[in-house]
Amino acid sequence: MIKAEAKNINVWYGDFHALKNINMSFNTNSVTALIGPSGCGKSTFLRLFNRMNDLISNFRLEGLITVDEQNLYSKEVKIDELRKSIGMVFQKPNPFPKSIYENVAYGLRVNGINDRRTLDETVERSLRQAALWDEVKDNLKKSAMSISGGQQQRLCIARALAVEPRLILMDEPASALDPISTAKIEELIFELKKSFTILIVTHNLQQAGRISDYTGFFYMGEMIEHDATQKMFLNPSNERTQNYITGRFG
Amino acid sequence: MTKKRLIQKIVFTTFGLISLLVVGILFAILGFIAIRGLHVISWEFLTSMPEDGMTKGGIFPAIVGTGCLVLGSMIFAFPIGVLSGIYTHEYLKDSWFKRFIRMMTNNLSGIPSIVFGLFGMALFVNYLSFGDSILAGSLTLGLLTLPVVIRTTEEALKSVDDTLRMGSYALGATKLQTIGRVVLPVAYPNIITGLILSIGRVSGETAPILFTVAAYFLPKLPSSLSDQVMALPYHLYVLATSGTNMEQSRPMAYGTAFVLIAIVLIINTAASLLRRYLNKKVKMD
Repeated sequence: MIKAEAKNINVWYGDFHALKNINMSFNTNSVTALIGPSGCGKSTFLRLFNRMNDLISNFRLEGLITVDEQNLYSKEVKIDELRKSIGMVFQKPNPFPKSIYENVAYGLRVNGINDRRTLDETVERSLRQAALWDEVKDNLKKSAMSISGGQQQRLCIARALAVEPRLILMDEPASALDPISTAKIEELIFELKKSFTILIVTHNLQQAGRISDYTGFFYMGEMIEHDATQKMFLNPSNERTQNYITGRFG
Repeated sequence: MTKKRLIQKIVFTTFGLISLLVVGILFAILGFIAIRGLHVISWEFLTSMPEDGMTKGGIFPAIVGTGCLVLGSMIFAFPIGVLSGIYTHEYLKDSWFKRFIRMMTNNLSGIPSIVFGLFGMALFVNYLSFGDSILAGSLTLGLLTLPVVIRTTEEALKSVDDTLRMGSYALGATKLQTIGRVVLPVAYPNIITGLILSIGRVSGETAPILFTVAAYFLPKLPSSLSDQVMALPYHLYVLATSGTNMEQSRPMAYGTAFVLIAIVLIINTAASLLRRYLNKKVKMD
């Protein structure tokens, strides 16, 4: 089943044509890795799905982005509500300087949910889903700044899960972490895919190979190839994909 | 030693000596004032009225006056400056309007303080008929500090990592929620310390109060906003240049200078201690 889709996408920043005629669709409960050299447009593409590009003043989009067959850029869509329904995890762990509990509860609180029971339940569920509960359950009131970088990143994942997202976007979520923390994040992604659909931008090709079902290769604003990860890595159809994956450029 | 290393050594030694010189100048000023002024300082000097053509007695009304003016100007400048800083930094997109506001704020801070004094006299004292009063003086001083407060607020907001804002937006928070719940809680220690530092500057300003509030000699405490007051910097000026008996009032001038410097130093130290404490608190809460 198709969870999200991009149809005939063109994006400009001012005069710069950042994404060129891109068509992709993403299956429910799958992980898709977006790979490509820096500046190829993969992060821009990712941010189309929670309209973070709208924050950039000269951003312009043509084409259709849908999640659950809802057009994300139609006039009826309220950006705040849309962002709440799409989880995003950033490159650098960015916990708010609040307690662990308040970090996870943030998405609910800004959307007007302050009921103690609901918050307690959501915080526990989300931290469990993010495989962090056992490590922090006795210290929920402690500052999120006091835990390790890897734990902070899982906290940011929990924070995104708390609002029960329809889609999870990850922008190089492990690039600032040590190998052990990275392995934990990868395990977590594997678990999360049972309940969520995940798009992940990564520079680490081994990581893409380990965690993703599908891989999309971006180059200079174009989507060169999009296929099952195994096929992409073992037998890519396009020469440029082959060159990138074998490390001949990029 | 190679030539490259020798040159490096000479250059950095020179830089070091120049830096020491700066510190030396500060200590020279402090020492000079302390030697001539410290012996005048007593409980009586701090808490009594000036007497005998300001050659005896104390500077109590000037201390109170400066206190009133600092408080008054802050009540005026803090809210306006902080709100304006938040608006320009967080809300305004990069446009000619933002650059215009920035440029005008900078121009405002470039206006000589005596011009502020003249403007304050024209607007508050005469046109709005506040007369020479704490109200007119506070508003004039407030105008003078406004650009500093705006700048301070903007700098504090700029130092907040943008990824925090992004994280908040991504969870469906509005701009206002993001500012209130994430940005300000991180930025407020630096905003507050910036504000306290601006207090130090206001307490030493002379020109803006010259035509708007300061009294040459007024040995009583103010009872309302429309009263005139004495103030430390102006009192110092009077004692040093236009007293009735200059020779005898000179030690009083040094004593006044010492008190003024002490107040500013205490405020600055308090500000940096507070900043350190609050920043630690923000990280640990």
